[in-house]
Amino acid sequence: MTEPRITVYTPESSLASPGVMIRDMFRDLAAGRELAWRLAVRDTSAQYRQAYLGILWAFIMPLTNTVTWVFLSHAGIVTVGDTALPYPAYVFSGTILWSILMDALNAPLAQTNGARAMLAKLNFPREALLLAGIYKVLFNSVIKVTLLIAALLLFGINPGFGLLWFPLGILSLILVGTAVGLLITPVGMLYTDVGRVLSLMTQFLMYLTPVVFPMPKEGWPATLFQINPLTPLILTARDWLTGLSPAYLEYFLVVNGAAIFLLLLAWVAYRLSMPILIERMSA
Amino acid sequence: MTDTLISVDSVSKKFCRSLKKSLWYGMQDLGQELRGHRHGGGGELRPDEFWALQGISFELKRGECLGLIGHNGAGKTTLLRMLNGLIKPDQGRIAMHGRVGALIALGAGFNPILTGRENIYVNASVLGLTKRFVDSRIEEIIDFAGLGEFIDMPVQSFSSGMNVRLGFAVAAVLVSPDILFLDEVLAVGDIGFTIKCLNTVRRLSQDAAVVFVSHNMQSISSFCTRVIVLEKGRNLLDTPTPAQGIDQYYSLVKHEIQLSGTGEAVVHSIDLIAASGVLADEEPSIAHGTELAVRLAISVTRSHCEASVILYAMDEAMTPVLCVPLCDQAGKLARFPVGDIAIDVPLGVLELAAGKYSFVISVSDCETRESLVRVQGLRPFRVFAPTAYWGKLVRPAVVGKTMIPAGRSQA
Repeated sequence: MTEPRITVYTPESSLASPGVMIRDMFRDLAAGRELAWRLAVRDTSAQYRQAYLGILWAFIMPLTNTVTWVFLSHAGIVTVGDTALPYPAYVFSGTILWSILMDALNAPLAQTNGARAMLAKLNFPREALLLAGIYKVLFNSVIKVTLLIAALLLFGINPGFGLLWFPLGILSLILVGTAVGLLITPVGMLYTDVGRVLSLMTQFLMYLTPVVFPMPKEGWPATLFQINPLTPLILTARDWLTGLSPAYLEYFLVVNGAAIFLLLLAWVAYRLSMPILIERMSA
Repeated sequence: MTDTLISVDSVSKKFCRSLKKSLWYGMQDLGQELRGHRHGGGGELRPDEFWALQGISFELKRGECLGLIGHNGAGKTTLLRMLNGLIKPDQGRIAMHGRVGALIALGAGFNPILTGRENIYVNASVLGLTKRFVDSRIEEIIDFAGLGEFIDMPVQSFSSGMNVRLGFAVAAVLVSPDILFLDEVLAVGDIGFTIKCLNTVRRLSQDAAVVFVSHNMQSISSFCTRVIVLEKGRNLLDTPTPAQGIDQYYSLVKHEIQLSGTGEAVVHSIDLIAASGVLADEEPSIAHGTELAVRLAISVTRSHCEASVILYAMDEAMTPVLCVPLCDQAGKLARFPVGDIAIDVPLGVLELAAGKYSFVISVSDCETRESLVRVQGLRPFRVFAPTAYWGKLVRPAVVGKTMIPAGRSQA
């Protein structure tokens, strides 16, 4: 007869036995796969069942954003520099890529918040929540990217071989978004300020990243844009999509490497903080 | 098999009263945890904190069913959450052997937009059941829930009872866990469904160690082999006799004395008298089936009136379970003149179910029907019975003595 599993709960921090903790982390990740899929299917079905326009909503936001910026630029209200692509294509691709990043960034906190009732009463692999969030982001991304490619083809832009690399670009956006989103989740569950500050900051950050504005050529704006770690992500993904060769590849790789590291740290922090958060949460 | 499945050793847990401080302490605890320090510090209480549980220790073996009883806020659900691994103890150690199944939070994961059938898969997944397993048992689950055609309608059109039925139906197919938690889920639905639930719980409890949290003393009495009474976070009593634990729980219920009425009558005393004489205890514990009488001492001070007296016995929910109107030979309310009333009232054989009771004395003016005095919460007493049955009155019938087989005429 197999040895029954013994679970011990003590006040000691799990960091005191890191080997056990890492083993548990990956075991829970594997155990939570099916639940994650089920939660993702649940949320997506419910979301689109209620909306008359259904799936169209996935790209209406970037579309309206694009229309706004093209209008502002054409009307001369806002002066925007030159872009290698036709400006509407530039803005549309930028806003869609940015929205994917934002989805991934908000997912961990939103998923955990949404599962408060379950967390307070039942023990289940919490990694399933995070994985479900990633599945949902992937689903939305696929829809957005399909439409984006269709729109680009309409503009006469042929992606070419870069399209093979493009999925990596999307994955990297999701990676960085999830890593940062997961990092702020523990504090975000205690204080709602965190969620609000995040949305303020990201609104501002969009204007410091080449999403609607092209890269500035000189001066302190140029430095800001170049330091911004999100810049290489957006630029590289867009370059791959539109058949241009990516200019910031080294920085892109560095940011992704750092993101992987950050993700692992954030994951550990998330696990350790769960019992403490559940205690302080109202179900 | 008598292996120990749950082992709890000197477990304590503290909570914070104020929300803002609680969130801040949460931040501090997060910092401690991430630095690898022990949770809960050295056992001191930070400002506004209190011990929700203190020094709880017990062991539970396979086949035992432990009932956790106590007032709201005594710490029962906190203990259950710690056993389930949801929160960390601040002191002590908990060891759980084997698989844990929980019949608490039925319907976890339900989304109101999706149909009942779709939600079955979601809930099952949260409970750890694979899709393949659910597919093989889906008809059984739908049948158990007994929702008919509603199963394919959105859950938002379900009543709360239907939600519970669906949630329980999914939990009912849980493969026998080693440890089972039950949390008041038995108190829902109509009687037919309740019986199905009880049978399911019995099946899941075979070969498991069960922890059952409830306020329903009849369920505790019928299911549990052992009872722990919690009061303000402390283990007041750990007994292998559920009846004793239930009696202890009732002794903690407070019956407050409340006065109303014009005040033109005064109740001096009320005493219980059994065959052995006056019961002098503060709160006597009387065995079911004892013959009882009460001795009343009342004074009526309103001039030129006649008073009537009615005696009531109330249970812990302040429901009057026994009414003893003092009547004259003709069957009408007896009329007492102004002055003192000293009288012994026979109550007969005490058939009240196990629980805590107190008396209410109501003295009224016969003519005007005004209440001269009404005192509630007098002379609390407990009825002790080996088993807590359903029903306010319990009158066991002994086969052979009092039951005459049909067909034979009485002598």
